[in-house]
Amino acid sequence: MACHEWDHRSVAYFDAASTEPLHPQAREALLAAIDVGWADPARLYNQARRAHLLLEQARTEVAEALGARPDEVTFTSSGTQAVHLGLLGTLQGRRRAGRHLVTSAVEHSSVLHAARLHERDGGSAELVGVDRLGRVDLSAFTEAVARPDTALACLQTANHEVGTVQPVAEAAAACRRHGVPLLVDAAQTAGRMPLPEGWSVLTASAHKWGGPPGVGVLAVRKGTRFRSFLPEDERERRRVPGFENVPGIVAAAAALRAMTADAARERSRLSALVGKIRETVPKVVPDVEVIGDPDDRAPHIVTFSCLYVDGEALLTELDKAGFAVSSGSSCTASTLRPSHVLEAMGVLTHGNVRVSLPRGASAAEVDRFLTVLPELVHRIRQDAGVA
Amino acid sequence: MTEATQPALTIDALGKKCPIPIIMLAEQINYVPLNAVVAVLADDPAAFTDVPAWCRLKSHRHVGSYELPQGGWAIHVRRNY
Repeated sequence: MACHEWDHRSVAYFDAASTEPLHPQAREALLAAIDVGWADPARLYNQARRAHLLLEQARTEVAEALGARPDEVTFTSSGTQAVHLGLLGTLQGRRRAGRHLVTSAVEHSSVLHAARLHERDGGSAELVGVDRLGRVDLSAFTEAVARPDTALACLQTANHEVGTVQPVAEAAAACRRHGVPLLVDAAQTAGRMPLPEGWSVLTASAHKWGGPPGVGVLAVRKGTRFRSFLPEDERERRRVPGFENVPGIVAAAAALRAMTADAARERSRLSALVGKIRETVPKVVPDVEVIGDPDDRAPHIVTFSCLYVDGEALLTELDKAGFAVSSGSSCTASTLRPSHVLEAMGVLTHGNVRVSLPRGASAAEVDRFLTVLPELVHRIRQDAGVA
Repeated sequence: MTEATQPALTIDALGKKCPIPIIMLAEQINYVPLNAVVAVLADDPAAFTDVPAWCRLKSHRHVGSYELPQGGWAIHVRRNY
């Protein structure tokens, strides 16, 4: 094998914010549950009861890890579906209270797309701005929530592109004062950080905590008005239509259990590595902006932008050097627009690199990244005639 | 209109994708005298965010961004040093 080629074992996978590699315990649980948990959990024979039992055990475990009651937790086919159903279902349930939706401007696209659908359907949506660090303007958020026709507010635990933690507890207090339910999108922190309290609806995605793809979580607090906008279906407390993915759900619960057990230790370890990247990159790469809150942030995410650098060129070079990272720059995305998160923050959108460390990412890999990066950036700038 | 000075230089970056408009601006800002204004014409949506961000990082002044009739913006930057 030529020395510039990397097989999958030597690639440093630094894109955990997109998806965390399947946890070995989730893999084991998945294989076991495919064998024993394949039957229809709604039926009454032996195999069905076994599938039902597995499903309910998984529900209890996930509920406990997320600080919910088992009967509040339902499983969806993805985090995106959890957001769509949670957001539109709560708006539907609160229709008589009003049709105004409040979110931050830096939510996941699933939130913003659902908000747009709500607007096309005659509702209104307000995207509250963020500061330079990506944190929502709490006083503007509070003011928006106080509007008498506000039906639902929505806020992420931490931003998926820059890692900044949002003031969910404060937002929840404001919502409570005005009797407005709060949907909390915990996709980036579930299994990694303790969840904030005060949510009415909680959404998460199993593949982001080391579970398999195809499993999302939608938890709805008792007492929260909720009405599915989809055709009637008996499954998952009538909130999520379709046959449950029992093996996937069992594996998701196993991954969450394993990640949560390890979370405190792994959180501080990864956070220290992210801290090192945040500190070192501006010293070894000129004209670079490290983005997001330096302290109050998700433990595993760091984003920076390199002036005069084409983000796609940098990703390609990093890939060749054996690093899997992502970027919010427009030239790397399928759309022509740069990341709405970076735009809302008013920070550089080109030359953007997001490093997000998975469980077990090593200090040696991070050091190698910090060694390789300056040369790659320099070369790209040279090619562009700016170095 | 104290701020909206007539540009001393106009950089036509229409049709060019970021980071090229920023690279052109960085190259050419020193062609104008101190306190003069450079107008960057750009239609890549990234430029709308990136030119003001560049000004902040490089301690120049973003005067304003004005929509162009044919689409895109004239983004005015004052040379500070």
